[in-house]
Amino acid sequence: MIKRKLEELFFKTLMVLATIVVTGSFFLIVGTIFSKGIPYMNLDMITKTPGGGFYIGKEGGVLNAIIGSLYIAGGATILGLIISIPVAIYINMYIDGKRFTSNIIRLAFDVLFGIPSIVYGAFGFLIMVYFGIRASLLGGIIAVTLLVIPILVRTLDEVIRTVPRELRDATLSLGATRWETAKVVLRQIRPGIFTAILLSFGRGIGDVASVLFTAGFSDNMPTSLHEPAATLPLAIFFQLGSPVEEVQGRAYASALILTIVVLIITVLSELLIKKFSKHKI
Amino acid sequence: MIQRIRFLKDKIISKLMLVFTLASVSLVFVIGIGLYYRSIPVLHKLSWFQLLTNSDWKPMKGLFGFYPFIMGTLWVTAISIIIALPLSVLTSLYLVEYAHTKVKRVLIPFVNLLSGIPPVIYGVWGVLFIVPLIQNHIAPHFVDFSTGYSVLAGGIVLAIMIFPLIVSILTEVLTTLPQELKDASLAVGATKWETIKKVIIRKASPGIIAATVLAVSRAFGETIAVLMVCGNNAVVPHSVFDPGYPLPALIANNYGEMMSIPLYDSALMFAALLLFIIILLFNILSRVILARLERKLTT
Repeated sequence: MIKRKLEELFFKTLMVLATIVVTGSFFLIVGTIFSKGIPYMNLDMITKTPGGGFYIGKEGGVLNAIIGSLYIAGGATILGLIISIPVAIYINMYIDGKRFTSNIIRLAFDVLFGIPSIVYGAFGFLIMVYFGIRASLLGGIIAVTLLVIPILVRTLDEVIRTVPRELRDATLSLGATRWETAKVVLRQIRPGIFTAILLSFGRGIGDVASVLFTAGFSDNMPTSLHEPAATLPLAIFFQLGSPVEEVQGRAYASALILTIVVLIITVLSELLIKKFSKHKI
Repeated sequence: MIQRIRFLKDKIISKLMLVFTLASVSLVFVIGIGLYYRSIPVLHKLSWFQLLTNSDWKPMKGLFGFYPFIMGTLWVTAISIIIALPLSVLTSLYLVEYAHTKVKRVLIPFVNLLSGIPPVIYGVWGVLFIVPLIQNHIAPHFVDFSTGYSVLAGGIVLAIMIFPLIVSILTEVLTTLPQELKDASLAVGATKWETIKKVIIRKASPGIIAATVLAVSRAFGETIAVLMVCGNNAVVPHSVFDPGYPLPALIANNYGEMMSIPLYDSALMFAALLLFIIILLFNILSRVILARLERKLTT
């Protein structure tokens, strides 16, 4: 009996320790980034573009990269939504009866979701070569759109499935067409759409491997779709590789900026999901 | 008349949606075909077998042996799974079976936050924390010298990156296990741990397998975080303190010069194709297992 109790105690302790390691690693990472980044943080970082001699430690900031990332993540999310909302509706409302077909489509998006961003980057690069697009804001947006489509479709699909069947049935039985029903459903899932947007934006703003080949890099503010654009994660990556201490410090500060942005996005989406599931019938 | 317009509208929109759906689903094939098409030049010169087993990487001489990179990927992935799997399984069991609802409500969001952190931040953290830790505190106990940039560093960083993936799948699987199963075991006098050991783990094992397969495929494709801490040395690692050079890092590091050397871009696209195929198969496998499990548990 004592042996059994001891065994239970032993494994329970192990489980608690494992949980501490897993959740604690979040604090360890964020703590490290904050403690390293804060000393190098200043207003110039977020209000200025790189000046002359930026990469040997002279003054400037990463505003160009921040704006570039916002453009790419924003553009990709908008494009992605235009494609994903119809897809999610189609899976749920139009091929509702055929479970096999909708399961295959869902499997395809699960698989696309699992494909690493470096492959999307390489494929985006192929598309660009094919159409003769140079590394540019446009190229980055294309690659990141491919990356976020599965995220958007999966999230929207999940959200639409939480809408009670009765609502759809009631609308349909009143004589509404499937599209008119879809509009009712879309109104119901508005917070869910917002969650999907946040998730997609968060993924898009933080990803490097997809923009590495496609967006290029530039010290100037992006002014047109055909110009190369800097992105925040790539700016972190490049600056960290520098032997100059000042520049490395800026990498830490840039990492801090990115971390804060992404944390805000993730917390917001968490809150939304919670709120959304509270209203679920 | 109005009726007709409404039905027509519904039909047109339906066709439009079908086009969008087919286009995005076919992405799976288009990516595969596109990458294969671009790898044909290098496949003409060297066979699959040569590419996969040769360890000479000399692009200038037209030698493309992916063996060191494949080994680099395998080392890093294996280390990350060895670290992440037990920790994640124990965490999921704790969260679902032991933790108070309040504790759960506090802890689960942190696991989700962890999954939201961008790869490059993991990389920066790896360089700042894990690499010095290995160099100064871990490696000296085992080997004479290590810079810290090693497959172990890559494995540890990756392990933390795949925690949320495994934990979220497993907590879902564990919560859907029927309560009666646990009750029956507890009723005949088993302790909670014995119930976990003999009933829950056995019933959830397909879920554990599926989560692991998914985690492996995630680890395979992770690029930037691994690239930053792995050392990127194109030799086969012999110990966990040796640097490694995983496939995704190879693609990411060489994109700049690939256009100037013949066949180089084709070889890198072959690397992307390789990743794509492996990850595709692993993903399908784990999704099928998960779907089967779900059907079994809900009916």
